[in-house]
Amino acid sequence: MESHIQELKSEEEIKGKQKKKKVRVKETYTVRETRAAFLFLLPSLIGFTAFYFIPAIRGVWISLHEWDLLTEKTFIGTENYAELLGSREFRNSFWVTLKYVLWNIPFQTVFAVFIAIMMHRLTKSTIVRAIILLPWLMPNVVVGLLWVWLLDPGIGIVNIGIEALGFDGLKWLGGLDTAVPSIALINIWRHMGYTALLIFAGLQTIPESLYEAASIDGANDSQTFWRITVPLLRPVLAFVLVTTVIGSFQIFDTVAVTTQGGPINATEVVNWFIFERGFDRFKMGEATAASMILFSVLIVVSLIQLRLFNADESDF
Amino acid sequence: MSSGSSKPVGKMSINRILLWIGLVVVLFVTLFPFWWVLRTAWTTQGQVFNDTSSLLPVEFTWYNFRRVLGLVSTEEALAAGGSGQSLNFFLFLRNSLIFATLVTLGQVFFSSMSAYAFARLKFPFRNFLFTLYISALMVPGIVLLIPNFILVLNVREFFVETFGLASDNPILGFSGMIAPFFLMTPFAVFFLRQFFLGINKEVEEAATIDGASYATLYFRIILPLAQAPLATLGIITFIQAWNEYLWPLVIGREDSVKVLTVALSIFQSQQPSGAPDWTGLMAATTMAIIPVLIVYMIVGRRVLDSIQFTGFK
Repeated sequence: MESHIQELKSEEEIKGKQKKKKVRVKETYTVRETRAAFLFLLPSLIGFTAFYFIPAIRGVWISLHEWDLLTEKTFIGTENYAELLGSREFRNSFWVTLKYVLWNIPFQTVFAVFIAIMMHRLTKSTIVRAIILLPWLMPNVVVGLLWVWLLDPGIGIVNIGIEALGFDGLKWLGGLDTAVPSIALINIWRHMGYTALLIFAGLQTIPESLYEAASIDGANDSQTFWRITVPLLRPVLAFVLVTTVIGSFQIFDTVAVTTQGGPINATEVVNWFIFERGFDRFKMGEATAASMILFSVLIVVSLIQLRLFNADESDF
Repeated sequence: MSSGSSKPVGKMSINRILLWIGLVVVLFVTLFPFWWVLRTAWTTQGQVFNDTSSLLPVEFTWYNFRRVLGLVSTEEALAAGGSGQSLNFFLFLRNSLIFATLVTLGQVFFSSMSAYAFARLKFPFRNFLFTLYISALMVPGIVLLIPNFILVLNVREFFVETFGLASDNPILGFSGMIAPFFLMTPFAVFFLRQFFLGINKEVEEAATIDGASYATLYFRIILPLAQAPLATLGIITFIQAWNEYLWPLVIGREDSVKVLTVALSIFQSQQPSGAPDWTGLMAATTMAIIPVLIVYMIVGRRVLDSIQFTGFK
């Protein structure tokens, strides 16, 4: 369940931790309380150890082996990593993923900002918000299927609409150049409402008095937007971008349902590469090594983003 | 917040009209694809390829829904111009319900137990453990996928060999599918801990003086007071479990445990090279959406509020 929500937490948690450190007092524990605590913790400790902690370590271990699940694994050190980094296909998968992120994030974020502002200015209606969120609640598989049908080059309604307007229909998911943007389009449709609601919540934290003051001073709409809304929204936008970019790098479901990496390997994103290596070719070592490389890249991407946004925090 | 406060009531500026037009376009773009699913599902199999631009169902029919629920005999299917291919999604609907319900019950309950310990009890390594849990939020799902796959595979093998169970035993299958989500997720623990921290301690203190045990405090005070966040978490968990794809795809391929998302995607990719069965697929898609819609209609406000929470608590 790698939804965006999960990642939303980390930033806030770091802040909480820093606070705690400052006021650390010497704790005393009673046996009774400690025993009760570990009884309450027991189920989650088992779950965490079995499905998070040990697998993470085991993943590193597997990535140092050649293993097809059926025969014994052979230790090969960092050979998987070396091979992957030298492999044209693997580097291509990163390039494809990056292309996808660059199609997805800017449009999604800009649309979301516009939708949020429209809602903020016009209506607080729960029904409008409920509709806006709807696509995000749908299974990725359903959304993928739905758009395969809508974007069908021959009889899909999108091309029929385009042709009715006198233009040529596109190949969409079937075209070498259009496949990645098409998948981005699908996920923009799915995520823009959710992102808009996050930004909408941020807009509501901006005090009305600021807008009133600006209005009295004779500021027009675009001045208000660039001088008040954007600077005050910056932390929210930073947060939205960090989380959506990380989610975007992990695109899998939509590719699996719509193009399966094709045409040729135009949509072979990293997660599809890993899935295909692991579960079609049973190269467990190579697949885990690839996932570790993705993990490292994501850490670097997050750090860069946090750095970028923190540097500007003095804005408000 | 509304611009009415800075503009006289009744004056519709051009800006405002443009904004309304924009919002209507957004709502249309959001809703139209859903209508197109229904429109296709209500159209007869033959007509879907002939009348492609009609905005309304062509030759309105419930036939596709009946087909998807396995209520149509092969002869009737052939007579209606279909392939007669079996499309029984009823089983997968049931499996999805089992999977999502069990994941939700287990995850919310067990996560609330540990959230209580983290929020209220003092014990050694508390901060260390909590930080460890939270750091798991950073790990991409794909990193854990293969080790967890191998783990569940090994445990299954063990049970099959030791107890002589059939390898497609549904209880075994469901257990493996549910296990990684059943006992905790870092998000659930974090989410509930935040709420528990906000609950006033006075009632608990009074109860402690009266000799209440920790179990009593948890069951009689914390859980009742936290009904709203528990429900919210339950809803989010249910919807996410219902939508889960990759994990059931690798671990739950047998028909006895296959969930709807997996069934739908496999059905689509296994189409013979001819034209896909769009009417059937869209009817099945509708059925995959309906449970989420029902939950959403009943408790939509909670879902909306939870988004504000995850963003800005």
